[in-house]
Amino acid sequence: MAEVTTTTNGSSRLQSNAPTGDITTRWDRHKFDLKLVNPSNKRKFNIIVVGTGLAGASAAASLAELGYNVKAFCFQDSPRRAHSIAAQGGINAAKNYCNDGDSVWRLFYDTVKGGDFRARESNVYRLASVSTNIIDQCVAQGVPFQRDYGGLLANRSFGGAQVSRTFYARGQTGQQLLLGAYSALMRQVDLGKVKLFARREMLDLIKVDGVARGIVVRNLVTGEFESHTGDAVLLCTGGYGNVFYLSTNAKGCNVTAAWRCHKRGAFFANPCFTQIHPTCIPVSGDHQSKLTLMSESLRNDGRVWVPKNPGDVRAANEIPDDDRDYFLERRYAAFGNLVPRDVASRAAKKACDEGFGVGETKLAVYLDFRDTIKRDGAAVVKGKYGNLFQMYAKITGEDPYSTPMRIYPAVHYTMGGLWVDYNLQTTIPGLYCLGEANFSDHGANRLGASALMQGLADGYFVIPYTIGHHLATSKLPKIADDHPDVRGAVEAAKARVTKMLGIQGSRSVESFHRALGKIMWEKCGMARNEAGLKYAEQEIAALRHEFWNNVRVMGTGEAFNQNLEHAGRVADFLEFGELLVHDALTREESCGGHFREEHQTEESEAKRNDTDFCHAAAWEYTGGHDSFVGEKEQLHKEALSFENVHLTTRSYRE
Amino acid sequence: MTSSHTNRGLNLTLKIWRQPGPNVRGEFRTYQMKNISPDMSFLEMLDVLNEQLIQTNEEPVAFDHDCREGICGMCSLMINGQAHGPDRATTTCQLHMRRFSDGDTIVIEPWRASAFPVIRDLATDRSAFDRIITAGGYVSINTGNAQDANCLPVGRDRQEKSMAAAACIGCGACVAACKNASAMLFVSAKVSQLALLPQGEPERARRVTRMVAQMDKEGFGGCTNTYECEAACPAEVSVTNIARLNREYLRAVVVSEEGV
Repeated sequence: MAEVTTTTNGSSRLQSNAPTGDITTRWDRHKFDLKLVNPSNKRKFNIIVVGTGLAGASAAASLAELGYNVKAFCFQDSPRRAHSIAAQGGINAAKNYCNDGDSVWRLFYDTVKGGDFRARESNVYRLASVSTNIIDQCVAQGVPFQRDYGGLLANRSFGGAQVSRTFYARGQTGQQLLLGAYSALMRQVDLGKVKLFARREMLDLIKVDGVARGIVVRNLVTGEFESHTGDAVLLCTGGYGNVFYLSTNAKGCNVTAAWRCHKRGAFFANPCFTQIHPTCIPVSGDHQSKLTLMSESLRNDGRVWVPKNPGDVRAANEIPDDDRDYFLERRYAAFGNLVPRDVASRAAKKACDEGFGVGETKLAVYLDFRDTIKRDGAAVVKGKYGNLFQMYAKITGEDPYSTPMRIYPAVHYTMGGLWVDYNLQTTIPGLYCLGEANFSDHGANRLGASALMQGLADGYFVIPYTIGHHLATSKLPKIADDHPDVRGAVEAAKARVTKMLGIQGSRSVESFHRALGKIMWEKCGMARNEAGLKYAEQEIAALRHEFWNNVRVMGTGEAFNQNLEHAGRVADFLEFGELLVHDALTREESCGGHFREEHQTEESEAKRNDTDFCHAAAWEYTGGHDSFVGEKEQLHKEALSFENVHLTTRSYRE
Repeated sequence: MTSSHTNRGLNLTLKIWRQPGPNVRGEFRTYQMKNISPDMSFLEMLDVLNEQLIQTNEEPVAFDHDCREGICGMCSLMINGQAHGPDRATTTCQLHMRRFSDGDTIVIEPWRASAFPVIRDLATDRSAFDRIITAGGYVSINTGNAQDANCLPVGRDRQEKSMAAAACIGCGACVAACKNASAMLFVSAKVSQLALLPQGEPERARRVTRMVAQMDKEGFGGCTNTYECEAACPAEVSVTNIARLNREYLRAVVVSEEGV
């Protein structure tokens, strides 16, 4: 990969448009400065929303309510299936209902610190301040959050915070929030303001005169290619965790929409910031197709431990306390089992690497509820975590009420994503990116219960204000369906599919995906080093070369063809994976979810380098659109300044 | 326990419904599976089958799935005549092969309901559910209009009943399991969730009448109280919600002054 590094603030392409001055009034002042579209003109604009998870559904519904005409797209059979639905534990909001010292400022502070000082302060403050509106909105929609006997809302704690600010609906908070946003979306379908296009996969972006004006999708039922044009395009397409093959993402989650936009000119920021979630069910064999997460809320009551003696063969319950190492409580007295995800995951990996792991594979640690069950009774534990315990029992065949759970970290969330400014606009005018798909709010590590918050903040409370400015200030002539740029994008998407189908090689798509995942996990997973990353770059390039010469894609393009869908996604992962690795190689520091073995303290904690890396790394694709391999990526840096939360070494010890 | 089983591979015979497209005649085809790990999920077993089919140049079996953790509602399958297979409160993706025995024959079909037409093999079109929600499964509140969340207290009992109904994952097992292909459990879940909450009150009568009308229009059958739906429901949505749906409907058409 060739690259040219530009210096801090030196890239005129990266204007964050973040306001300055008093951080508490930045968003209000910014909203006032944005141009408005008057109510009767809104119906003249057509907005394309790709993805119907929390960000997409909330954005599509809110924009339609304002009067814009919206087209909403998802690859699933219904917008209600988007993977936001699987979020379990909860959603943060600075309501301070618990009277325990929470505030917008504290949520802002926790999020900046939790992100290891690699997020933009302005965005994070805005996120914290609209968090309270989200809860109000969702309750008004009929989201059945957990309540106390007086009828008011209940809260619990999550990692990285010392207050209880997490709202929840059983262990199914994401489901309930998504169904709330979905219901708002379907109401707009009923009113005729949203047109829904399910089972459509976005394969390319249509750019006219440098501005995003539409998308190319493949109808997954008929195989037809369709072009849809409009006045702005919103990507709400989620994260790229499936580049690791095994992750807690749904099987269909992919980077294709974001990657296609990247190849059309949208910068991709911080791809190496990936989150490994500590409480997942360990891998059971080579057949494993995905990993299952269990909510971090389990760490409120479960205690994490390994035997003090490596190779202790006794059953967990027979190991007395004296022979147990509660390593999170030992190493991090102040936060104990509730340290942030990156810290908890690395500690578990360290324990296993040193030979203390448990279970058949020795790649697991215990999460034990014995003491809580003794203290509160099994019924209380069942009330709080019943569905999680049931899920664990179904998958492993073990009963977590009587024997400790075995857990191991797994790829879960990706903090990196398309670079966006304060308005959530990418480097392509008219192309916006919301939710997990963008890079903006979580820095190098996301705190638990903050993904739902960000997705809904972007969709309900940010984009409805910021998109108007683009529409009011841009010249947006109508684009004919046979415009050369429309036809060009359709032809490019078609050619790619035809090429894949024509290879007729001998190796399955699945096998390529697994091979890529193995490289990514081993060389660019929880711990990374220069030699491993360089090796990974070569291996990925070689695998990609083999893919384009030897993949076997079954069936035709003119039908429902899941093998072809998978092939397209894997092809993009094979390009994107190389950029992720390259970003990890370039970032010579450890911060948040990015741990470079060369940069650690004597106590094995992450060692950040604020002198050289206090920036977001935004990558620009400079190759031709049609080139499949030999990508060229140029690095641009957005300097991050911390005026309100001062740069300190993140510590959860005291 | 898991670990003691790992060497006990299963040999299975699969009879799978293959149908190349919506308007093409389908048929059962038989496949032999060898040495299947009991720790595999049911869908992982189908992944293995599909890898085998690709190696022999036969098109893989199409089936819907996504989250593989029991919540998105995208997976389906009639397994030996049971929606989502033999385990209660379990989606197909959460069903594991340790539930089967060596030598078993497993019959796998798509959801059975004319309102869910087959797209290909085991994948069906469930967009009828979306259209039912579109007909009223929401509270008409615009973004930004909401009052403080705690201004609207909801008793814990009601909240829990509402949540139990809201847990529906929209998979369609209730329809597939019902001899009448009735969608009453699905519709009742959404109607109940909102009828139990103060937020749902203003549109209570309009919601239930419109959703029921759409349900009928989509071609779902009537309910004859056999409760197969409840038995098949992976989210354990109770048939008491159907009783509530009936009451809500009666209330709407007989006593409501909402002017439906």
